[in-house]
Amino acid sequence: MEEVFNLFHGFAVVLQPYNLLVMLLGIVLGVMIGVLPGLGGANGVAILLPLTFSMSPTSAIIMLSCIYWGSLFGGAITSVLFNIPGEPWSVATTFDGHPMAQNGRAGEALTAAFTSSFVGALFAVVVITFVAPLVALFALQFGPAEKFAIFFLAFCSFIGMGKEPPAKTITSMMIGFALAAVGLDSVTGQLRLTFGFTELLNGFDFLIAVIGLFGIGEILLTVEEGLSLRGRAAGINLKVVLQTWAELPRYWITSLRSCLIGCWMGISPAGATPASFMSYGIAKRASRRGDNFGKGEIEGVIAPETAAHAAGTSALLPMLSLGVPGSPTAAVLLGGLLIWGLQPGPLLFVEQKEFVWGLIASMYLGNLVGLAVVLTCVPLFAAILRIPFTIIAPIILVFCAIGAYSVHNSTFDVILMLVFGVVGYVLKKCNYPLAPLVLAIVLGDRAEEAFRQSLLGSQGSIAVFWSNGLVGGIMALGLIALFWPLIHQGSARLRAQRASPTP
Amino acid sequence: MALDNSTNDVSPRRDGGPDQRVMEIGVSLVTALFGAVVLVGSLQVGIGWGAEGPRPGFFPFYIGLLIIGSSAVNLVQMGLTDRRSGFADWSQLRQVLLVFVPTAIYVVSILYVGMYLSSTVLIAVFMLWIGKYHWSLTAVISIGTSIVIYLMFEKWFLVPLPKGPLEELLYL
Repeated sequence: MEEVFNLFHGFAVVLQPYNLLVMLLGIVLGVMIGVLPGLGGANGVAILLPLTFSMSPTSAIIMLSCIYWGSLFGGAITSVLFNIPGEPWSVATTFDGHPMAQNGRAGEALTAAFTSSFVGALFAVVVITFVAPLVALFALQFGPAEKFAIFFLAFCSFIGMGKEPPAKTITSMMIGFALAAVGLDSVTGQLRLTFGFTELLNGFDFLIAVIGLFGIGEILLTVEEGLSLRGRAAGINLKVVLQTWAELPRYWITSLRSCLIGCWMGISPAGATPASFMSYGIAKRASRRGDNFGKGEIEGVIAPETAAHAAGTSALLPMLSLGVPGSPTAAVLLGGLLIWGLQPGPLLFVEQKEFVWGLIASMYLGNLVGLAVVLTCVPLFAAILRIPFTIIAPIILVFCAIGAYSVHNSTFDVILMLVFGVVGYVLKKCNYPLAPLVLAIVLGDRAEEAFRQSLLGSQGSIAVFWSNGLVGGIMALGLIALFWPLIHQGSARLRAQRASPTP
Repeated sequence: MALDNSTNDVSPRRDGGPDQRVMEIGVSLVTALFGAVVLVGSLQVGIGWGAEGPRPGFFPFYIGLLIIGSSAVNLVQMGLTDRRSGFADWSQLRQVLLVFVPTAIYVVSILYVGMYLSSTVLIAVFMLWIGKYHWSLTAVISIGTSIVIYLMFEKWFLVPLPKGPLEELLYL
């Protein structure tokens, strides 16, 4: 029960007036980021990260994580009202959310979406509260080989679980590793891969990559699609909210299932987007009204929203306890830790109690505040989306440039951001996933360090990665994740032989 | 958002544009080239085993090999497919350029005139030229945004942004 005691201590930290103010600011900014096209959780947090340089780490992480929660909430608004997913993980929410809005049930759909998001997040936070300290305690005994095995598992899951072709995921990821390797070698202190350019001494900062790939790249994609915004009115009032809340407990099985799917997908770094699709698909198959899915079924809103939020939140579990982020946004938060001078990893739970438990307490409170904010302010946020793109696009571009500049106070970084933007646009058009690239830039140095230290310990023999049960087990899990599509195909073929050929 | 452009197989093109297959082959060649650059850079600093363990190029060398290998797989997969689809219409690409070119000019101009002036001009250009707004609204929003940014970054969060001759004139 030490966790409960620590948690209360965390609440005491969060309930300081300044931290509450920062939390509210974070939520509002986050919802705006989630609503605006071209700004997502990852690059929104990246752009606003420099704002926190003058704050204490605890206030800073509260603000940034609240931006993250806010952006998770915001995605639902655009999906339901405008049929435009503000975030990739809200795509599945459009399937039933928008038809509901078209039938004049927008308020119901939004209430269901927000409430399910809250439930999903809450479930994940409870999991974090009780599981993360145990994982951290366990991970304290990890040597370099185990650490590398964890990285290996994280990256293999990306390759195996992603919906993009595996070879493209590998290309994208390895480009990230290569970019991370540029500059000073952290082990020997030698320069490498700079080819004489002094600008590359410090390597590529992942924040610049995030702002360019996700921010600029996304705007270019949005422009190409051409934006026609014809939204539904957002009628939401207390009566609709209460009516929907009275109806929701009926779907507790869907909720619980989606929570579990979300947590699983969030912790293994598959992320919120596949979690929402998977949860939607399973709910459709399991529901008695499955045939009505896609025509405005409330269960079709609950399932993906719950899973997306559970995944988005639980992505912080491995980040906190192992130092391996489960999603690009968690990766940006992890980068924030490094900037504030904290060493991510299991030691955080020992050395930075106030920080960790303040963050966890802020997850409880932040999601509650977020729910209240979005329920009361939907029309306001929907109005943001009605601002014409010719006004909002240059403002987003300006904020991207400011964000990129203020990371190192360098104008070279702004140019680099633009280059990353073009690269992101082309890669996305060619169906390369961008998240592994960013994660590899963030984790590259630490993965390499773990790899080289393990080899040092074993005098260069790679047998060190299966020298004991623990490291061997993690590596085996990684291989299973890597070849998951093949395993899945095999088992599907077996099932198809037994059952009728149509799914 | 271009979520999945692999599903529309033979979409009727509206006014032509680069071919998806050609683009993808180009991308895989570029990534392979990038991998080769990484290999060269790794070889320069040594990929073997030194006095203090693996040399700095040890890890990137294998990364470079993996980039070249996976690029080759992508290339072969693209070469084998006979699926034809457009990468983007010329009209779409024109729109992308309409945003990209001002942004590129904006980024370079930050070096010379600072963040505030160039941001004001960028917003104004978008609103007047693409959005066709009245100049009065344009002035309010473009100058207003810069003032808000100034107050938020320099005053509240104490993050200095690059300044140019205009700011020097105003003693900011």
